[in-house]
Amino acid sequence: MAELIKLDGLTKCFGELLAVDAVSLSVEAGQVLGFLGPNGAGKTTTMRMVAGFMEPTAGSASVCGHDVIDDPVGVRRNIGFLPEGAPTYGDMTARSYLEFIAEIRGFDGGEKRRRVRRIVEMVALEGVLHQRIETLSKGFKRRVGLAQSLLHDPPVLILDEPTDGLDPNQKRHVRDLIREMSAEKAIVISTHILEEVDAVCDRAVVIGKGSLKADGTPEELRARAAGHNALVVTVPQAHTAAMDAVSDVPEVASIDRLSEAEGFVRFRLVSDKRKNLAPMVSDWLRGRSIPFDEMLVERGSLDDVFHAITEGDSDA
Amino acid sequence: MRNTRIIAKRELTSYFATPVAFVFIVIFLALTGAFAFYMGGFFGRGQADLEPFFAYHPWLYLLFIPAISMRLWAEERKTGTIENLMTLPVSTTEAVIGKFLAAWVFSGISLALTFPIWITVNYLGQPDNGVILASYAGSFLMAGGFLSIGSCLSALTKNQVIAFIAAATVCFLFTMSGVDLVLNFFRAWAPDILVDTIASFSFLTHFNAVTKGVIEANDLVFFASLIVFWLFANILIVELRKAR
Repeated sequence: MAELIKLDGLTKCFGELLAVDAVSLSVEAGQVLGFLGPNGAGKTTTMRMVAGFMEPTAGSASVCGHDVIDDPVGVRRNIGFLPEGAPTYGDMTARSYLEFIAEIRGFDGGEKRRRVRRIVEMVALEGVLHQRIETLSKGFKRRVGLAQSLLHDPPVLILDEPTDGLDPNQKRHVRDLIREMSAEKAIVISTHILEEVDAVCDRAVVIGKGSLKADGTPEELRARAAGHNALVVTVPQAHTAAMDAVSDVPEVASIDRLSEAEGFVRFRLVSDKRKNLAPMVSDWLRGRSIPFDEMLVERGSLDDVFHAITEGDSDA
Repeated sequence: MRNTRIIAKRELTSYFATPVAFVFIVIFLALTGAFAFYMGGFFGRGQADLEPFFAYHPWLYLLFIPAISMRLWAEERKTGTIENLMTLPVSTTEAVIGKFLAAWVFSGISLALTFPIWITVNYLGQPDNGVILASYAGSFLMAGGFLSIGSCLSALTKNQVIAFIAAATVCFLFTMSGVDLVLNFFRAWAPDILVDTIASFSFLTHFNAVTKGVIEANDLVFFASLIVFWLFANILIVELRKAR
């Protein structure tokens, strides 16, 4: 697969402040990359540099083979960019704004009308086409911004917080849209909504204090959580005493008693190497004839990983 | 060229999207008329010409042109639309020129709508219409000069009020640079050549020359190079500061 976005040692300083510190990464067609990080981590700055809005202090970035410094207009032609907050000209109607974008993207006459009609259908703007953008609700404004970035069907999409401020239905709609388009495009979305990473991304990158902290599939990231593959077991109260010996199972590092209810006790067993304990523990329980009511493998939460990585906890 | 035209068209439409343009034009027409008739003594001087009308243009422009130019870039930066605009496939030069042209066309429309005074003076007597035409051209060129300054300074700030005041101040200095108030400040320490140069930057000097009915190459070159210089500075400033 072709590398559509390539960052090499991309760095941005604002005076003394190092906002983006030598970020290298590449995104291929067919990939949806989730760009995660706390506010101020450098997500927006990185995206702005890729979109050709800011010049890097050092390093390079290219989009579809066009370098952002040498050929910014070439980059902009191949990119659909939704800036943070989806700024649009509020005094224009949605239709005249999208027609302006279509013209500046080089579409005229019938092709312009066809493009605008298609995109309006795609993001469901039919009802508000003749309203001034500043009078629209937040969700519609965001959709106008999204329409603007998709109008020319670009091979590369950079969306800075595309679902920020949308209601759950609108969020789902935008995510569906991103997934539909993902087959042949390279898409980068920034977000701090972690469920979104699960919903649309097949790769996630965590950035903290300007540099890359983690890069992998959401599943791989999750495996880095401290509680990944912890096992929750519920046994009848009569057998609780016998459970203390479960630490004989070599992989079990700790046992927590979670709760007691209706004659059952829940335990949480954590592996020190984040291995799946289910096979060994179930063998062990069966060997001792301890009946169990429930056995559940917990998956690490992205929240925990995110927190651990960006707060500088080396354990993750 | 194409991109410049599209940007200019969008910009010009947005002047008329709100009542601002109409309010502006009405007040501009009222004031140009009022100055010509009351302060210029249009009727009293017993001559069929538009000199009292054009004589106040530099001073009216000091108020009106910064009001047109202040939003050009300051508003884009304030609302963040500059991030949208500058990530479209247009060069900074195309964007700067497109916006400038839109503002210039708008000021041209305002100026053209003063035509009733031209009809009036032709009805009352036999003015030299060549001089009037030259004066209109001069006034339009001067508006372009003011606008290029205003557009450039508007790119320096997110605040339209600051853009307005900065543009009005710099335009005032350019208008006044031929008078002793300004020149004396420089005479104290600057070499003569600099003082002469500053004096030659005066809008008034060049505008007055044109309103005499003589469009000379050096006046045209003055306004043209002034516009080019400020728009060039405008491009640099947008490049440097767009993301701040």
